[in-house]
Formats: sequence, structure tokens, C-alpha cells
Amino acid sequence: MNTQTGLDPLALRADFPVLAREVHGKPLAYLDNAASTQKPRVVIETLEKFYRVHYANIHRGVHTLSEEATAAYEEARDKVAAFINAPHRSGVIFTHNATEAINLVAYAWGRANVGPGDRIVVTEMEHHSNLVPWQLLAREVGAELAHVSVTDEGRLDLESLDRLLQGPVKLVAFTHVSNVLGTVNPAREITTRAHAAGARVLVDAAQSVPHLPVDVGALDCDFLAFSGHKMCGPTGIGVLYGRPELLEKMPPFLTGGGMISRVGRTEASWADLPWKFEAGTPAIAEAVGLGAAVDYLSAVGMEPVWAHEQELAAYTLERLEEAPGVRVVGPLARERSGVVAFTVASIHPHDLAQALDWEGVAIRAGLHCAQPLHERLGLEATARASFYLYNTRKEVDRLVEGIQKAQGWLAG
Amino acid sequence: MENFYREHILDHYRHPRNQGTLEDADISCERDNPVCGDVVRLDIRLSDGRVSEVRFSGHGCVISMASASILTEEILGKTVEELMTLQDEDVFRMLGITLGPVRAKCGLLPLRVLQRGLARLGET
Repeated sequence: MNTQTGLDPLALRADFPVLAREVHGKPLAYLDNAASTQKPRVVIETLEKFYRVHYANIHRGVHTLSEEATAAYEEARDKVAAFINAPHRSGVIFTHNATEAINLVAYAWGRANVGPGDRIVVTEMEHHSNLVPWQLLAREVGAELAHVSVTDEGRLDLESLDRLLQGPVKLVAFTHVSNVLGTVNPAREITTRAHAAGARVLVDAAQSVPHLPVDVGALDCDFLAFSGHKMCGPTGIGVLYGRPELLEKMPPFLTGGGMISRVGRTEASWADLPWKFEAGTPAIAEAVGLGAAVDYLSAVGMEPVWAHEQELAAYTLERLEEAPGVRVVGPLARERSGVVAFTVASIHPHDLAQALDWEGVAIRAGLHCAQPLHERLGLEATARASFYLYNTRKEVDRLVEGIQKAQGWLAG
Repeated sequence: MENFYREHILDHYRHPRNQGTLEDADISCERDNPVCGDVVRLDIRLSDGRVSEVRFSGHGCVISMASASILTEEILGKTVEELMTLQDEDVFRMLGITLGPVRAKCGLLPLRVLQRGLARLGET
């Protein structure tokens, strides 16, 4: 147990079966958590037990299994609502991932509320999933898409935000934590300024909800999106939080079964929130698995998880700064998430990732679904190590040693 | 590791063959790999239906750059019809290594550039 962070990664590692495996004869050092996280035994077993004992379709049958499955699914919603401190469960909608959650808002809210000449504000550091839906919306309705600048250090330029807010701004959509830079954006501050300008706010929380305490009430945002698989949960389950009063006024996104209240031959009326936005049979087991993941993270505590990741990121910056030929991208201050992107002189990130894989160290290489940001920073591609609660300083040491080996193999 | 980055692959990466561009080429095509940002461009000059000159340019990892360099050597002197028959397996054979589904995109990028360029040639 680290007395400063209150978290013992070595003890937690035992909860994740995959971390016991080897890759190319070396213990796995999984440092690709911004892409997706590994699953604790309790999540795997919850999925298995749900299918073995309780599985049926939900909100349809009156038989025992359907009642049990429905109760488990809705209980997962309550767990998620509590985890992000949502004021009411009706604002917590299960989607398949953060991307679908953002698309839901772009289609259902965007097409009803954004018109010709209106402005949609995003930032230069967005993941493609919080950029492309707004590009399409802007093109379709004749709106303008504007980008808040990123400083050379990798932070948002809030003066550029203020300039963009002077005008017919309908929405500000931004990432809470950058998946490349590790920058933690001042979400509450941005939301306050956007609301003062009369705009609605969507927060891409895919890299924040899994890693730090997030309170949607304190953020005061209108929409917030995240994915289950990046927080110890299964793939195929994500969450959109929305203010119920906004969701009420929005037309549905996908339509069909499960989201209706009454269907006639030529028209239909919609189910109450949140089911109005959950058309078709949802990812039932995955939602229940996400509930188990939320329980797991809550038991560890999000404050210790955040403290641990910041500590690892600080140690990584320290080690990489002294490594010859290595350049870290993003803020060098301690106030950043456990995402560290970097370049190594004369080694392409793909080749570095390949060389590290042979040492059992898994990192990501490429554009990390953030091509405009790489262009802004003048980078062709980057390598990225990203941490979670089960990562250790020793794994950071192996990363640094692996970089040195790759330099021996490939440079020159 | 040594197996993957075989000496001939590293040799092509460090000493690329036919690197550069051609003015007024008969086939010019460029593509990028949106996952990693690699970019490969091919310029090909034809004489009597055969590749008389070829250059590649761009930037990327060892595999994509070596694959481009090796491909230019392979296609020099070939007819357009022969170029059209090139398959993914031919690239893997030239590289002499097995690539997983993710890394295959790097190795196959130069062939995809060639294939798109050939398709455009057919359109005009």
C-alpha cells in the first residue's frame, strides 16, 4: 500500500486474470489503457453468472428470468447514476459506447436545435468521435464548426474559447481529459462560460470517468458521454448522461421496439426516459457487467485511482525526460492524467511499439484517433503509454528499458 | 525481434531504393494509413506498357517504408498487366515475414497505392 495514494497496485493486479499471462516469454506490462482496460475477475464472473442463471430479454416477459434480468439491468443503471452523481436515473441512457452516445446527441438534439448560421464549438484536441459527428451535423444543417486552439504546451487556449463564444453558439463539445496529451481540461470553467453565452455543453468523458471522480452535477454539463470498456467493464456498453428536461424535448435517435409507448398503424408515441433512447434489445449482460465494474472501482475508490495514475505519470515524465532522444508531448506539469504520449528520435512509433511488444510491453502507436491534434502539433504519429490502477513503477522502468533496447536495434 | 526486422528489411529502410518523385509521371498516387499517419506516394513512368522508372516518397514505419522500397524494385520493368496481378501474398513473400492483421496494413500500404493508381489509369 502506497500511503500517499492509498492504493496498492500489486494487490489489485491479482484481481485481473490476464495480467498473469506472458507475451513473448515476458510478463505482460499492459500500458494501453486509454484504448481499453483489462477486466477484473468480478466483471468476468458477473457476465458468466448472468448468462448462466438470470438471462432473458428485459421489460418484456412476466416470467421469472425476465423479471430478474430487468432488475439487474436497471440496478446497473442506478449504480452508474450514483457513480457520476447523476441527479436522476432518467438521465442515464445506456448506449453501446461513447461514440454512439455522442452521435445520439448530434442526431436527436443537434438536428432539432442547430440551424443555418449557428456555431458548434469543439477543440483542436478532440478524439474523432467528438469531432466527426459535429462535422456531419454542421454540413447537414449549414452550421459553422469552430475549434478552440491548443497551446504549444498542450492546453486549451481559453481566450480563443471566449472569442468563439461571441456569436450564435449552440453547443460547446469538448473532451474532459485528452487521450493524447493527458491534459485535464477545466471542465467546470468551460461549462460556465459556455452557458453564459447561451450554449449547451457536451463533455466527452471517455478518458475521465474511468480515472477520476466525476460529478455531473458539479460539472453542470448538459450531456456527458463515456464507454464501459475503458473502465473495467465489457465492450458494447456505454453511457450518455443528459439533463432529463433536454432529453424529454428531444426526438428519439434509433426507433423500434423497447422505446415506444403505443404504436398504431401510422404513428407511435415514445416511452418514458431513459427507455425512449434505448431502442431494440440493449446490451443487457454488458450493462450488468458495467454495474459490477462500477462496484469494483467504487470499492477501490476513485480518489486513490486518480492519485495513483498521477503519481505514475509523474514518474514516467521524470524517467523519459532523462532518456536521450525521447520527447514527451503535452503538459510537463504534474496535473495531468495517466496518459503519456511521446516520440523517439529516428524511430517510427509503430516500430517502437513492435520492439516493446517483444519485451512484453503493450503500448499504442499512431494517431490515437486524433489526427487534427497531431497536425496541430506538427507530429506524424506518437507512441503512447497509458496507465490504470494495476500498473506499477516497475512497468514504467520496463518501458524505459524497452525504448533503450529499441534504440539499439533500430536507430542508426 | 531480430526475426521481424530482418536484415534485408532494415537495409531497405536505411538505404531506400528508388526514393524520390517523378515529374509528369504516367501513374502518380498517394495514400495514407489513417490509423498511424503513414503516407506513401508512388510515381511511375511507362514506356511501351512497361514500368521504365519508379519512385516512392512519404514517411512511415520500417515495414511500410521497406515494403515501398522493395515494391519499386519488384515492379521495375513489369507490364501494367503484370502489376494488376500483384496480390497481398506477393508483398508478404517479398518482405519474407508474417504480419498480423494490424501490422499488415503497414506492409500493404504501398501495394494499395499502386492498386489505386492502376485503377485511375484504367478510368482515363
